[in-house]
Amino acid sequence: MTTADLKGAENIGDPSTNGTVGHAAGAAPAAARTALDGAASAAAPELEDEALTLPGERAALNRGARRRSFDLAAHPRPTSGIEEWRFTPLRRFAALFEDAPTDDREGDPALDHQVEVPEGARDLSVLAPGEAPRGTALVPEDLPAAIASARTEQATHLVVPRNRALAEPFRVEITGRGAERRGNAHLVLETEESSSATFVLNHTGSAQYAQNVEMIVGDNSQMTVIALQDWDDDAVHIATHHARVGRDAKLKHIVVSLGGSAVRVNAIGEFSAPGGEVENLGLYFSDEDQFLEHRLFVDHAAPHCTSDVAYKGALQGKRARSVWVGDVLIRKEAEGTNTYELNRNLVLTEGARADSVPNLEIETGEIEGAGHAAATGRFDDEQLFYLRARGIPELEARRLVVRGFFAELIQRIDVPEIREHLTASIESELARSMN
Amino acid sequence: MSILEIKNLHATVETPEGTKEILKGVDLTIRSGETHAIMGPNGSGKSTLAYAVAGHPKYEITDGELLLDGEDVLEMSVDERARAGLFLAMQYPVEVPGVTVSNFLRTAKTAIDGEAPALRTWVKDVKGAMDGLRMDPVFAERNVNEGFSGGEKKRHEILQMELLKPGIAILDETDSGLDVDALRVVSDGINRVKENTEVGIMLITHYTRILQYVKPDFVHVFVGGRIAEEGGPELAERLENEGYDRFLVGAGS
Repeated sequence: MTTADLKGAENIGDPSTNGTVGHAAGAAPAAARTALDGAASAAAPELEDEALTLPGERAALNRGARRRSFDLAAHPRPTSGIEEWRFTPLRRFAALFEDAPTDDREGDPALDHQVEVPEGARDLSVLAPGEAPRGTALVPEDLPAAIASARTEQATHLVVPRNRALAEPFRVEITGRGAERRGNAHLVLETEESSSATFVLNHTGSAQYAQNVEMIVGDNSQMTVIALQDWDDDAVHIATHHARVGRDAKLKHIVVSLGGSAVRVNAIGEFSAPGGEVENLGLYFSDEDQFLEHRLFVDHAAPHCTSDVAYKGALQGKRARSVWVGDVLIRKEAEGTNTYELNRNLVLTEGARADSVPNLEIETGEIEGAGHAAATGRFDDEQLFYLRARGIPELEARRLVVRGFFAELIQRIDVPEIREHLTASIESELARSMN
Repeated sequence: MSILEIKNLHATVETPEGTKEILKGVDLTIRSGETHAIMGPNGSGKSTLAYAVAGHPKYEITDGELLLDGEDVLEMSVDERARAGLFLAMQYPVEVPGVTVSNFLRTAKTAIDGEAPALRTWVKDVKGAMDGLRMDPVFAERNVNEGFSGGEKKRHEILQMELLKPGIAILDETDSGLDVDALRVVSDGINRVKENTEVGIMLITHYTRILQYVKPDFVHVFVGGRIAEEGGPELAERLENEGYDRFLVGAGS
């Protein structure tokens, strides 16, 4: 049923930029490739589709059946023939497929980790491999995650005690100290029962970084995680975010990818008990030669849970690439599920390419609602002419379009300084590539 | 007081078959308060004239002059022309993703005037103009032209003309594809702008119908990339009865 799953797939942009992914896109499963080609050749630049897999026409293997293991040998080296890697330019990420230690040197770590723990939180502690709760939510699904886990002796553990509501966020500043330097990391974020807190992970500088972020969202607690990929132009980053959401708990998970040469974030949210809620927000801006991939998996394994996914990306410049794959699985037991996912891409210039693949698998008919939308729009010369014919100069016209496009998402980020930072970053991205 | 002077204007476009001359020496002068109907058969170059004056990059001006209040328009960029007082209501307005009508109008007004409009009067002006064009207020929060019907797109173009108050407005087949009710609403809008401002209008149309609602001072018959005949409103009546056949004979130059 791969075909049905991929019905909502679409991409837009210059097909010649396929060269940058080369064999990766070319080796898609035959059925999938047909579906993609069909979507790509559609004349309309806008596409709305509902790709539903309904009970009775179930996929042979659902998204939840993917193998999970801490054992490196259990994970094949990524190839373009593997579904979850088929859009990824493997060569650019190759360093992160090697089982290599973190390149820390005497008094000179590969990456600086500065952690600011707010008042009311537990003191920072560390967890060895296998030391709970480490490994209770995140069990690696692919090789880079398995390596990051195995190569991290001490995972940072940030905990909000039961019933505690923290006003100030945890701030984790991760600064890479060299594009040639390898880093592995595992981070465990935990909100205990009925607590609430925000965690900001800010990535700057440069590195080859394999990272796991494990989120234990305790019963009735509220966790917000904001991961900012603000890397320098030559950084390479693969991140696996995996959350287990407890009874009546809420996770707001925000990914912002602006920097880096190649960034891939795989965010998984699992409902372990009824009443949970996940809000996944993402915002990315890919410019010349930049590759940004975001994958999501929301696993509705418990009844009466809600998930809401909204990712938006803008692309500008030659060989700017983005990939978004959103998997939602509503298992048999997940009655009363309500889910919606949305991905919007805005292609600002020729030579950029966005791929967007929403997948919705539904194994029970007893749901409240399930839907998705994926669309890619192009900001072209005619739109530019229209705006300029109303007196609006070119840079202002682009700003207008991009600001409007992202505004609704930015408003949903609760930390004002991050909202401001984002608005400013988008302005500078625009100004930079306009020159 | 505005004056648009088009003198011996020649323009070409690149086609797969090579460079093609579309405008072959257009002469036309439009002053404030005047309404000039430009009528002609399909393919005569009427729309090209509109886009060439607005500065669309597809057309190259190979000869002639274009002056607005004595200033050389050909030296101006597209947005400079708009800020100088030119307005083009397009036949096929494009969708602009992510930009609401209200945001678009305010940004355009700010660009044209060089300063942001006073909030209170602006909100009132927008509401008044939208009411006049029988546009639902929710319209303001929709993205520009996204999912608009043909009639909504044309009303939106006239709404912009009302709010931006250009010196010279070119209306490119604003009447095409409208039913009688929509045509009346759009024409009323055009007439309101004529009453309330000094706008000079170049009304490009294929059909005589709109001239029952928007009265032209001058009628120009456009054939083969130039103006073939000029006259008063009576010329429109003659075209109504005779069609363009008379001009097409021997116009294949």
